[in-house]
Amino acid sequence: MIEPSACPSCLRRSRLLAHLAPYIEKIATGAPGSRSPELLRLSDEELAAAAAPKVAEQVLARVRAVPERLLFADLLAAECWACCRHDALYPAGLRDAADAPAALIGRGDPSLLARLLPDGVVTVVGARRSTAYGREVARDLGRELASAGFVVASGLAFGIDSCAHRGALDAGLTVAVLGCGADLAYPAAHRSLWRRICEEGLVVSELPPGTGVWRWTFPARNRIMAALAGMTVVVEAARRSGSLITADLAADLGRDLGAVPGPVNSRASAGPNDLLAGGACVVRGAQDVLDAMLGAGARQLERAGPRLDERLRSVLAGLESGAETCDALAAALDFEAGEVASALATLEALGYVRCSLLGVYTRTLLSPPSI
Amino acid sequence: MLATAQTFTLDGIGARPVRVEVDVHRGLPGFSLVGLPDAAVREARERVRAAISNCGFEFPLKRIVANLAPASLRKAGPGLDLAIATALLIASGQLELGKLPPLALVGELALDGSLRPVRGALAIAEEARAMGLAAIVVPAENGREAALVEGVDVLALEGLAQLEALADGGWRPERPQPMSFCPQPGEGYADLADLRGQRHLRYALEVAAAGGHSLLLVGPPGAGKSLAASRLPSILPPLETAEALEVARIASACGALGEDGIGRRPFRAPHHTVSPAGLIGGGNPPRPGEATLAHRGVLFLDELCEFHRDTLEALRAPLETGWVSVARAGATRRLPCRFMLVAASNPCPCGRGEADPECECPPLSVRRYQARLSGALADRIDLLVAIRQPAAEEIGGPPGESSAAVRERVAAARARQHRRLGEGRCNAEMTPAEVRECVLEDDAAALLAEAYSRRRLSGRAHDRVLRLAQTLADLACANAIGREQIAQALQLRRRDGE
Repeated sequence: MIEPSACPSCLRRSRLLAHLAPYIEKIATGAPGSRSPELLRLSDEELAAAAAPKVAEQVLARVRAVPERLLFADLLAAECWACCRHDALYPAGLRDAADAPAALIGRGDPSLLARLLPDGVVTVVGARRSTAYGREVARDLGRELASAGFVVASGLAFGIDSCAHRGALDAGLTVAVLGCGADLAYPAAHRSLWRRICEEGLVVSELPPGTGVWRWTFPARNRIMAALAGMTVVVEAARRSGSLITADLAADLGRDLGAVPGPVNSRASAGPNDLLAGGACVVRGAQDVLDAMLGAGARQLERAGPRLDERLRSVLAGLESGAETCDALAAALDFEAGEVASALATLEALGYVRCSLLGVYTRTLLSPPSI
Repeated sequence: MLATAQTFTLDGIGARPVRVEVDVHRGLPGFSLVGLPDAAVREARERVRAAISNCGFEFPLKRIVANLAPASLRKAGPGLDLAIATALLIASGQLELGKLPPLALVGELALDGSLRPVRGALAIAEEARAMGLAAIVVPAENGREAALVEGVDVLALEGLAQLEALADGGWRPERPQPMSFCPQPGEGYADLADLRGQRHLRYALEVAAAGGHSLLLVGPPGAGKSLAASRLPSILPPLETAEALEVARIASACGALGEDGIGRRPFRAPHHTVSPAGLIGGGNPPRPGEATLAHRGVLFLDELCEFHRDTLEALRAPLETGWVSVARAGATRRLPCRFMLVAASNPCPCGRGEADPECECPPLSVRRYQARLSGALADRIDLLVAIRQPAAEEIGGPPGESSAAVRERVAAARARQHRRLGEGRCNAEMTPAEVRECVLEDDAAALLAEAYSRRRLSGRAHDRVLRLAQTLADLACANAIGREQIAQALQLRRRDGE
């Protein structure tokens, strides 16, 4: 088995970040998101001087004083591995970024690191405040991309991120990039998802185990997500949201940028719609991502579902034209309530629709056969 | 001189016999009351004193001791006034009841000696009959209620003064007309026809009523959740006589019995600030809560997510067993509470729902809000209905089908259940063993098995789907559960994090 390795100086850099976290927080909060990547481009000494001018010397001395043995013992204790930029396994995409992390610390099978090539990774990001539509698209994108052999990267956050992870876990590999130590599940409500990704995929972070979250660490991890992937897809995001920072960073690196179109009056889709207006790739499904990354028509996704009878087709059409509850469908189609109920249950069993906990139906991306 | 009188005190929803013993003898004038009286009973001394002197009797200026036996039972309420006054009049030689058969007296005295109504007259009359008493004296306003009990003479009096006439033997009040049963089932309820359009909601209400299934309504404010819930009693089958009396006894004990007759299914909608004791009963002596008041009817919990967690937790066991056990120092009371639960909730704290672009609820608060919909109580809920704002054409459209038509179908479905499960039982109460006995057609079993094996259903949800499907089959008058019914049940079921 290929073991990743890290040199002590790179691990010390990640320790330094943890030590400086509160100071960086102080100067980064003035302009959230924009300044931390710039800071992270600096060398150890410059960073310490910039972030904590009064105590720079002490902090640097403290980090340098940590014995080598302890650096590795801490990793072992947290069941993490580390891979620094001097190692062959270090993801190639990160090498393109000027502010790339010195070391990636993570959990999961480290041999999967070899698959983190920009051509094989797609980052799917979006807002925590998402709609059922966005979550459905994210889940579907995750599943289809993973089954097409791509690694789906995202940030484990509420909303779009977690749906992308879940979809990818159904069919293949996913990598979660965290804004805290890789041994911590943040948000805590996603502990079980985090555990599943640890077992079946990869969880990585640039911070040493045990480091908590700070406001600046989220845009900082966004730069890792952007650099890892050949293409970044924004599913839903309000204007001025973290996902758009990821999109900007990806564009700066010259990577492909995709956005999922949404209703023009929906706040949640304002971000991706703006990106589309600015020239991002339209992503209507995994096929569009494939076309963008591999060249148009290079690979076709097989995605037609089972056949439907007349009644199921009309219920599906009703759902596509905006009715989203049983009640609305019955009224729109002038069907008996029982008829609609059984049709919806059948469509759900066939994978054409999905029902939320509150009884609201959304259409999946599965399309019926044309005949 | 010593005299006694028989009366009753309320305990839970039942009456307990109390014997009032009054001793009048020489000494420093005074009136003491012993035998675990509560504040209202202790104040009886003042009412009795004033009532006696204002009715032309004389209040003896002697040492008076009234004892309420059994001394270990806590006595509550003003219903003991009449018995205390009567015993006192006999003890002081001003009244002689010797000519009358053994009787009990209940009633609260006004200062002028007239009688005020008491709570629980129905239960008291039943207990009097069980004790073998020949007659019971009640305030005139409780007469019709007490007269529901056959086999005991009901003497409804206006005031203390009439007692003298009664004792002489020359005068006897007529037995009051017993309170009327609702002549027509469903009369006096709000009608389901008010619910216009919204056919899925109507259909879910019918299924819930047919199988006794509990129901969760989710939708924006003003979409008709409360309207729908309050129409549910009108489509339930009419109460049997014994059930109607049971419901009336509870209402009477809580002072909630109206003048317009009995036999209607109750509809209770406690506010979400209700305390656990207010919901399931409490206090000492124990008083019934909203759950018991909803017995054989509908308990509607609007804004389910706003209820305190411990309040809802308290409702869990009663929902399963149909009984509330209220344990207080002294004794434990079992109060019946077999009701249909209807809960309603907004989809998110602001009520608009996530799909609405106006909804500004942060994701974490939506999560927390919805987490309460899959808590301990929600586990007991079978059906979920997503409600939307009805369209303008629907609101302005023709009225829906009337309650009477729906009730007929519900009653037919219930009759099938009674034949299969036993009298008075419905599909929602099926035990896991009974659920296994449901007959499924082959393609229905295949559909259910497929949903289960793809892990879209938990074991609990599997049984829930079968119960619902059985009700749908009963509504369709089918002997076996078909594919259509399983599909509909899969759609109607409340989902948890399966």
